Amino acid sequence: MKKPTVLQAVFYAALLAALLAFPLVVKGTFPTHVMIMVFLFAMMGVAWNILGGYAAMFSFGQAAFFGIGAYTSTILLMNYNVNPWIGLVAGGVLAALMGAAIGIPCSNLRGHYFAIASIAFAEIVRIHFNNWKFVAAAEGLSLPLLPDSLKNFMFHSSKAPYYYIILVFLLLSVLICWYISTNRMGFYLRAIKESHELAKGMGISFVRYRLYAIMISAFLTAMAGTFYAQYILYIDPESVLILPISVQVVLVAMLGGAGTIIGPVIGAAILLPLSEITRVWLGYKGTGVDMMIYGALIMVISAYQPQGVWGYLTSIRRRAK
Amino acid sequence: MTAGPVLDVEGITKRFGGLTANEDVSFTVNQGEILSIIGPNGAGKSTLFNCITGFYRPDAGKVLFRGKDITTASAHKICKLGIARTFQIVQVISDMTVLENVMTGTFLRTYDRKKVREKAGEILRFAGLYEKRDFLGTNITIADKKRLEVAMALGTEPTLLMLDEAMAGLTPVELREMIGLLRKVRENGVTLVIVEHVMEAVMQLSDRVVVINSGRKIVEGAPADVVRNPEVIQAYLGDRYNAGN
Repeated sequence: MKKPTVLQAVFYAALLAALLAFPLVVKGTFPTHVMIMVFLFAMMGVAWNILGGYAAMFSFGQAAFFGIGAYTSTILLMNYNVNPWIGLVAGGVLAALMGAAIGIPCSNLRGHYFAIASIAFAEIVRIHFNNWKFVAAAEGLSLPLLPDSLKNFMFHSSKAPYYYIILVFLLLSVLICWYISTNRMGFYLRAIKESHELAKGMGISFVRYRLYAIMISAFLTAMAGTFYAQYILYIDPESVLILPISVQVVLVAMLGGAGTIIGPVIGAAILLPLSEITRVWLGYKGTGVDMMIYGALIMVISAYQPQGVWGYLTSIRRRAK
Repeated sequence: MTAGPVLDVEGITKRFGGLTANEDVSFTVNQGEILSIIGPNGAGKSTLFNCITGFYRPDAGKVLFRGKDITTASAHKICKLGIARTFQIVQVISDMTVLENVMTGTFLRTYDRKKVREKAGEILRFAGLYEKRDFLGTNITIADKKRLEVAMALGTEPTLLMLDEAMAGLTPVELREMIGLLRKVRENGVTLVIVEHVMEAVMQLSDRVVVINSGRKIVEGAPADVVRNPEVIQAYLGDRYNAGN
């Protein structure tokens, strides 16, 4: 709500410049890959935050939207030769409609009941895709290789274009979240989060605003799904529709700071490198050490700073004043 | 106290299973007046309140707001039509500032953020909370929360403001301030219905009083007459005290 100070403006400009320069300066594909995963999950965290952070609809089913996005654009590309960018929009729209379909019956559910419903929804989608011949069931889909171009949304020689695309997606998501949070919808979602009764008493149709929230969140998450498919070039239900993806998204947002605009980005910047690096260093041994370290960190943060890292930073700043 | 009735309650009956919380309650509220609904604990005041504001659906009877039937309208639509309410257990948005709380109400009729902020600021000055505009909702006193609730309701620009025990638990000074605020609200053309236990406030504020006991309306009239009414004394104090009358 407050206008950024000069110092903040300089900081954000420098941060943006550093992010833009990153793939040009840093050599090797792995760091760029890690950054891409950070942005991807940051984007999904931001999308989740609109639901969970602002409207208290704790969705543990974001993987369904992610998968719908990935599958829609891929199927359209493979079977009907539709450009992936159009596929991206189509996937977003489809996910938003699915969101509305579960949002209407579930908008009255509070807290953990909504969480349970969202898990059930995502699992139904996953099981369905695992058995659906049209989408090659459990075998998965390999995307046809097209020449490098922005139009084809495919780049084989370098990861840098993917890096910039997902960075733009992330910035777009942050911008949308910022717009929502500073306007009527953000206020209304926060009122609904406080109490349904209070919201109704203030003339707020919580069904409608919760529906908006879930549809926007689903659209953005599906965009991330299409990006993932275009980036990895292979999708199957076990890679895009599973519960761990949903959980990861929730963690990114919660640990960074739910209900804040920048929190999920910080959460992703901490968790994703940790999970990618521990996976590469330790994961191949099959001991699960990577997951143990990961889990331990989550427990530490949730125990000591339930408002997330960003919440911690803000409280320090408040105290300093 | 000119013009027609703002609110027309006709034969409201509300049952919860075998319990009849309201039975055939009727009254009208005129433009610009302050009407109090009083009665002993459990008399059915809050139920009646919730039936009018769309939080409960009455089993029988009708609620007309400026001639329009709102009996089956949902709560948020009723607010949009012009009836704002506060809650018996004070409800503000705890992680928002005082100003943002009022802005949430003001957004109902204004979309532009700057205008919303301005309007909310004006309302806070009106309610005497402007100095506390940057405090979080959770960090203010109960008395301030109650005033904030009124300010939030005013943000929705109501024709009729309904207060559910807005004065309960206030100190004498806070009570005087609240009474002053509600008088100012009325001077601005807002009609008020208050459900109240604090008789001092009821006596000072009300033009008319409706007394509810065991779900039924027993008396209606000017405050001074109502408190002398034997039926009212009996309802509050029991037969023993009435016997000597």
